[in-house]
This record gives sequence, C-alpha cells and structure tokens, in this order.
Amino acid sequence: MSELPLRAQLASVLGRSAAGLSRATGRGDGSVIGGRVALKVAPDLLGELSRGRRLALVSATNGKTTTTRLIAQALREFGGVATNEYGANMPTGHITALSSDKSAVNGVLEVDEKYLPQVIEATQPAFVVLMNLSRDQMDRASEINLLAKKWRTALGKTNTHVIANADDPLVAWAGLGAPNATWVSAGQRWKEDSWCCPECGGHLKRDTDPYWECPECGLARPRTTWSVDNDADTLVAPDGQRIKLQLNLPGDANRANAAIAAATAAGYGIHPERTIDRLREIKSVAGRYTSVVTMGVEVRLLLSKNPAGWLESFAVLDPPRVPVILAVNAQVPDGKDTSWLWDVDYRVLRDRRVFVMGERRTDLALRLETDGVPFEVADRVDEVLGRLKSERPDITKVDVIANYTAFQQIRTAYGRVQ
Amino acid sequence: MTDTSSALRIVWIYPDLLSTYGDQGNVLILKRRAELRGIPTEVVHVHSSDPVPQHGDIYLLGGGEDRPQILAAERLRADGGLAGAVRNGGCVFAVCAGYQIIGETYGDDDSNPLPGVGIIDIRSGRGETRAVGEIVADVDPGLGVGRITGFENHQGRTAIGPSARPLSTLVRGIGNDDRTEGAYQGQVLGTYLHGPALPRNPQLADLLLRWRVGQLNPLPPAWGERLHDERLAAALR
Repeated sequence: MSELPLRAQLASVLGRSAAGLSRATGRGDGSVIGGRVALKVAPDLLGELSRGRRLALVSATNGKTTTTRLIAQALREFGGVATNEYGANMPTGHITALSSDKSAVNGVLEVDEKYLPQVIEATQPAFVVLMNLSRDQMDRASEINLLAKKWRTALGKTNTHVIANADDPLVAWAGLGAPNATWVSAGQRWKEDSWCCPECGGHLKRDTDPYWECPECGLARPRTTWSVDNDADTLVAPDGQRIKLQLNLPGDANRANAAIAAATAAGYGIHPERTIDRLREIKSVAGRYTSVVTMGVEVRLLLSKNPAGWLESFAVLDPPRVPVILAVNAQVPDGKDTSWLWDVDYRVLRDRRVFVMGERRTDLALRLETDGVPFEVADRVDEVLGRLKSERPDITKVDVIANYTAFQQIRTAYGRVQ
Repeated sequence: MTDTSSALRIVWIYPDLLSTYGDQGNVLILKRRAELRGIPTEVVHVHSSDPVPQHGDIYLLGGGEDRPQILAAERLRADGGLAGAVRNGGCVFAVCAGYQIIGETYGDDDSNPLPGVGIIDIRSGRGETRAVGEIVADVDPGLGVGRITGFENHQGRTAIGPSARPLSTLVRGIGNDDRTEGAYQGQVLGTYLHGPALPRNPQLADLLLRWRVGQLNPLPPAWGERLHDERLAAALR
C-alpha cells in the first residue's frame, strides 16, 4: 500500500489511540470511536486508506458479518487481511479496520446497506458482494426498493465486479447495474419482499424455485455459474466440480454464505476446494451459533433480527425433543417496532417445547397463541434450564433464538462468548 | 353477512404489494376472534394480478413502500372490484399506504396528488417530517372501541372531508394531522396504526366483526388484552 499523506497519517494515528483507549477502559471494542476521531481530521481518509488495495465490500440484510468473516478466512491464504470483524459496518468502522492493518493488500469490509453507495464511491473496491435484501427494522431503515435502486446506481458508476445472489430478485436487479458480475445461486427462503418486479412492478412469475422472471418487462434471473446443492451439502463450482461443504456453521443460510465466499475468493485466485477447507475451521462468528454449556446443558445461541432471519433459524433448530427459547427486545438497535413478529410463521414450532423471553415477550406470547403454538413465559435462560432439569434430568440441549440486544444480553450473561 | 351458516369471507388485498411489516397479523386475528366464537371463516388472498372479488365480508389493505403503493392504487382503480364490494355492503379495514389509497387523492414521493380508489372522503399528502413511534388515541365514542395503541411509520398527512369522520382523537403521536388519527365512513375504516393494529387492539377487531355478524359473544381476556394494556401503559409512561 502506498504512503498516506501526512494529514491522513495523523488521522489514522489519532483514531487508533482513541480505539485503544476505548478498549483499555472497557467501553467498547474501539471500532466506532476510532473511526469517528480519524474522520474529523481527514474526511477523505477512507479513500486514502483504500488506495492500492484489493477490497471486497460485503452487504446484505442478513449474513453480512458471517460472510465477511468467511471471505477474510479464505483470503488469509495470502497473509494479512484488513477487515472489520467486530461488525462495525459504517465508514468509521471501515477506517479503523483499514488503519489497523496498513500493510495488508487484501481487505474485506462488511458494509451497512444504507452506507454501501458512499463506501463504493470512496473505496473503489475490486469486488462488491451482495446476498439478500428483505424487510428489517423499518422504523429506522430505508425502504428496500429504494436501497436496491441506490445500490444499482452506485454500481453503475464504478469498474467493480459484483458477486451476487441471483435468486434474490432485488439483489440481482441491483447487481445488474455493475459492469461485471459473477452470479451465484445462493437460494432465497424468505420471498415476501420479492413478489414484484424491481424494474416495472409486475407480479413476478416464480413457479419453479430458484427461477424468476417478470412477465411484463422480461427482467429475469441472471444465469448462474456457482450454486449450492443443499440436499447433498455440496458446492457446485463453475467448472462443474462438486465440493462437499461439511461446514461447522449450521443451515442452508451458511451454505449460501460459504458459496458466496468461495466465489469471491476465486476472484482473488483461490481454488474453491482450498477455500472450503479453510471455512470449515470456523465454528462461530462473534457469538453467533456458539454453544455454552451451563448446568450441564448445551445452550446454542442463534442471532436473528428480522423475519427472514427467524425463518432461517427455525430451519436449523435441533430435532423437536430440543426445547427452544425465543427472546425479543425492542431497543433502538433492534428496531422499536415489533410488527415483524407477525410476518413469521411459527406453526413449525407446534411440536416442541417453547419459552418466550425478553422485553417484548407479551408480543411473542400473543403471536404464538394466534398460531396455536403452546408456550411458557420466562425471565432468564437459567430459569428455563432449572425448570427443564427438574422435569427431565437427562436434558442435554436447548436452542435460543434472539434478536440483537436480547442476544447480546444472553451472550454477556455467559461472559461474551465468541 | 347476518347468516352465519356460510363462512365469513376475509379478503386480503394485494399481499404482494401491500404487506410491509406485520400486516398479516390483522388477517390472522380476525380469523381467530371469529372462530373462537364459532363463526367459520374463509381467507382469500388476492394478488395484484388477480381480480378483486365483490362479495367478501371484510377487506384488508396493508402498508407499502412508495412504488408498490402507486402500483396498488392503479391496479385497484383499473379493477373496480373494491368499490363494487363496498356498494355490496362489504367492510374495509385499510392501514397506512392502504389507508391513503382508498381516499380521493394521495401524494406520490414528489407530493403530486394521485387519484385514489375513492371509497372514503379523505385526501392525503406528504408531511415535512416522518411520523415514527407509538400512537395512543381515543376512538370516536359512537364506535364503542375505547382507547387504542399502535405503531405509526409514515410521511403522509391526511385531511378528512365532510362525508367521513376521524376515527379517533390523538393522545400521543402524529396520525392524520397531529390532532386526529384514522377515518371512517360507513363501514370503510382506515388508520395509520400500521402492521398488527388488530392484534394490539382486540376491541377494534371486534368492531369489524360486529359490523358483519351483529352482536358478538364476549371472549375471556387473553394475551391480546394483556398486550393492549401493556403497550398502553408503556406509551403513556
């Protein structure tokens, strides 16, 4: 990487000091404050720090943090990788990530959906990686049709190469704005935000998954070169090679994330077989999917923040004998509006023991009652475990699905497990 | 539909365009509160490519983003089924973007007035600021619903014409115009309480059911009533 101008160097040093202070005083991981200080000193610092690197920007509604981690893991094949692995996904976090690893030629940045256009413009990335777009925290987030339009426009002004999920019509339409693209068939379980054509508004024809096309304007799913065979737990590469995945992260959503990561790593010249080998080493991402053993019970933590995420989490629940705790808060990072709970179909939980927790557990209670799912109300995970243990001393596993702050509260109670 | 031997037809209009955040909840809770009273129901989903049936009992329209809202209004006007249903005595419950488009006019994203379906005497435009947060409002005493709560998230402002009446007087929130929230005209009712307005206000769900089936047996208080009271207390804290 080339030398930074003096002002940018100063900004970068000051930012790192602030980040260090934040960590030393236990106030945070430093990603946000460090970047904020640096940006004050040099507003175009993000562009300066990006120059001469091969960056991949990763954005989506769900799976950003995990996919960023997967791509970084693959790229470590070549040595150091600049990345914001703590999930600080706005420009301040990007500056901190790039400042803290100046020598790394390769970088992977998770980018908040709303900030993606400006970060594309500032960093001129080699790759832009796009997975899915669906309703999320509508009290403070942008409308997703509008987001897709802004992505498309920003991509049209660059030379970047898009690596995107062709099965999500909104994402595909945005990606089609870029000069070059690699299309991955990464699947789309949640379809409620993509029944209408992003181009003309017509009702999409979606008779055979994963194909879609608009009968009114002709927009259609781009032809893909990478795909996932979920039933066979296999990645299919462009040359037809079938690579067994056997990941240590659960579910179709993570198979999709791995396929996207492999396609991106291939853009950097890494063979997918090698990539998948490296991805198997990852067992949890910032506490997501991690298990803690408490009171002799393995408690698995699943973070899900919106309807599409809950649907994916239901799909990875252990067999019905394993009870599940659902926990929902409505603080600012969660979105203050719990309406989305009504978009999820809970009937798949009918044959399992269900507990509801969190500040908005009454919303959950009514939702489950309406879907005919029996449930019990609880205050804490330990309390649930105590109740279960007293009835079934042989119980070994419990799954927890929680939205953002509910997840962090539970994770903190177990010592911020990674 | 006073003859309860045939099913109560709940018609969900354009879930593919107007279902932004929890709108399904209104369908589910109407169905449940009818069935708990032994009233059989039939739920019909009408996609934007399908004609709107004219002999339903309760028609539901949800929220939507700007572009889907415009498309929904164009398609409903071209179809004509919803206006026909109202002439046939069907009742309508419309939320947010759906509320705006059943009026005479509504505003696009540049504040140009666009023609609505015209089944209620309201006119909507765009406000300076976005209204986001919890609402508390007292419903017109004539409707016997009492105090309601919900979440609003919209840029629209709505003026009520002489043929319609405000649904409620605001205690907290922005609603139509900082003073009132929602509107009704006969059995056509609209509100900015988005998403699960009926789950959060069981007495409002019962109003719609009463309009179609007459007197209802009371139900024992359950989670719906508890949520209503909890949200009310939280909003006024």
